[in-house]
Amino acid sequence: MRDRGPNGGDGEPRAAIEVNDLTVAYRDQPVLWDIDLTVPPGVLMAIVGPNGAGKTTLIKAILGLVKPAAGHVLVFGRPYLEQRSLVAYVPQRGSVDWDFPTSVLDVVMMGRYGALGWIRRPGREERERALNALDMVDLTDLADRQISQLSGGQQQRVFLARALVQDASIYLMDEPFQGVDAKTERAIVEVLTRLKDGGHTVVCVHHALQTVPEYFDWAAILNVRRIASGPVGEVFTEDNLRLAYGGRLPFLRSGTEG
Amino acid sequence: MTAIDLEVQLLAIVVAVTCALPGVFLVLRRMALMSDAISHSILLGIVLAFFVVEDLTHPFLVVAAAATGVLTVALVEALYRSRRVKEDAAIALVFPALFSIAVILIARHAGGVHLDVDAVILGEIAFAPFRRWEVAGFDLGPRSLYLMLAILLVNVGFLLLFYKEMKISTFDPALAAALGFSPVLLHYAFMSLVSVTAVGAFDAVGSILVVALMVAPPAAAYLCTDRLPRVLALSAGFGALSAVIGFWGAWAMDASIAGSMASAAGVVFLLAFLLAPDRGLVPQARRRSRQKVEFAVRMLLIHLLNHEGGPKAREESQVVHLEEHLRWQPEFAERVVRSAEKKGFVGRKRGEELRLTDPGRHLARRTMLS
Repeated sequence: MRDRGPNGGDGEPRAAIEVNDLTVAYRDQPVLWDIDLTVPPGVLMAIVGPNGAGKTTLIKAILGLVKPAAGHVLVFGRPYLEQRSLVAYVPQRGSVDWDFPTSVLDVVMMGRYGALGWIRRPGREERERALNALDMVDLTDLADRQISQLSGGQQQRVFLARALVQDASIYLMDEPFQGVDAKTERAIVEVLTRLKDGGHTVVCVHHALQTVPEYFDWAAILNVRRIASGPVGEVFTEDNLRLAYGGRLPFLRSGTEG
Repeated sequence: MTAIDLEVQLLAIVVAVTCALPGVFLVLRRMALMSDAISHSILLGIVLAFFVVEDLTHPFLVVAAAATGVLTVALVEALYRSRRVKEDAAIALVFPALFSIAVILIARHAGGVHLDVDAVILGEIAFAPFRRWEVAGFDLGPRSLYLMLAILLVNVGFLLLFYKEMKISTFDPALAAALGFSPVLLHYAFMSLVSVTAVGAFDAVGSILVVALMVAPPAAAYLCTDRLPRVLALSAGFGALSAVIGFWGAWAMDASIAGSMASAAGVVFLLAFLLAPDRGLVPQARRRSRQKVEFAVRMLLIHLLNHEGGPKAREESQVVHLEEHLRWQPEFAERVVRSAEKKGFVGRKRGEELRLTDPGRHLARRTMLS
């Protein structure tokens, strides 16, 4: 178990995620150019950048879902393949077919499949954990509901619950606030904050710039290249955002410190 | 019913169930057409293997055919991934190519044996009982029944063992991959299964109709329930039902058993399409018309409430008046009033004049507030 936890064997805090010289290209078109990024353990981090900046690709590269043209990613000092059980993933809500014939509870239990491994079926314990997670996102009443009957916000919370049952150290989320109402957004922020307070590392692809300083304590600003990353107070500046977004800077609050 | 009839009927059921199970995942993965491609292109594998072993019942034929099926999937995906053609076009390009090579090979070199084009397209389930499996002089029954039962067993075994893996890789391939369940590996394992199933079914019902048995029962089951285990069970049930109806239909019409089975599968789907409890057209239309009446009842209550106690109360509360004032057809107005009366929201005074009851007044107020 040495080196597997948030703290390395030598007692010094290791980076939760370390991205080194990562370049990803679709055909000859670079989506991410030579990214270096360190995510310290225990932060609640936003990845922001304009459309096509490579935010989703970065998440997928960390998870080994896309093959880098160059560079590598370490999770607590080791390749992702050896650290799978430490990482939970919330894909974009629109990436799955919500007409799939299954129930809310079933989808949440999928979060336990990784721990179960091949062939073994989920049993009572997995059910219990899934119900607990549903309770955390306030969806207990909908456990038996067919997933096609959920609203956008409920779908997002089902995905969040599914990540919670993974019992991971790092949570990678691709736009967890996409298409949710204000009430759900607050509920999700609360869960994320609770994860952070419990010592977990949370990384979210995020769209609404105006909420970044309020929700997150760490940020990475991306546009194919890494523009900046670090504590929100230091990197979330007008200059950096302008570098990433060009002239079309949406919703920039006048009070953003620069 | 003779023993031969019984054997054919049994074989038909086993074929249909064997096809209907993997068919569920084909439909859920939006790969229904791939079954058509596979069922055609496996012929090339069968023909080529036949040239090698010169025996139509040799197990090597099944292996070669299944390999061609997987090759078809790989070729379609390679073409599609080249981004020069779309997926449907890729399917339509690959399988006719392989199928036509097989047809030419049969016509030129295998004309003498009973590998003929008709049998390929329509199958020969009626002749299945003539090819027996004998061990030490004992007749154990038709060979193809055993072959099909073996394939059924493999399908059921695979789906039982890898149910969880198939579920997650179908629903959310990205998460499946992140958790370490290789979707590519599962995909090819599953497509091998579909290929083997197609080979078995091919012998019985021919290349064209395999697709009907693989797609119609799952599509029907999908409309009838919203839980995966039930979709699988219903799909198998619908497959078996199609086989039974198809067999007796063919008997009654003196027609092709395979054609009759595929038609029956189509009819079963049509019935599900029309009558499925939640998603069928008829229950949906009924639900909509009921909702329309429910809404109209509320409109009526609000209308009555607005005029209650007013100077024109009597006039506005006439049933005949509703027709012009709310622009309702007389029959519809009558239906709405009857529904409101039945639920105790209104009562009639002097035959034609409507009055709100307490619950009616309450509902009208609540509706206006919400």
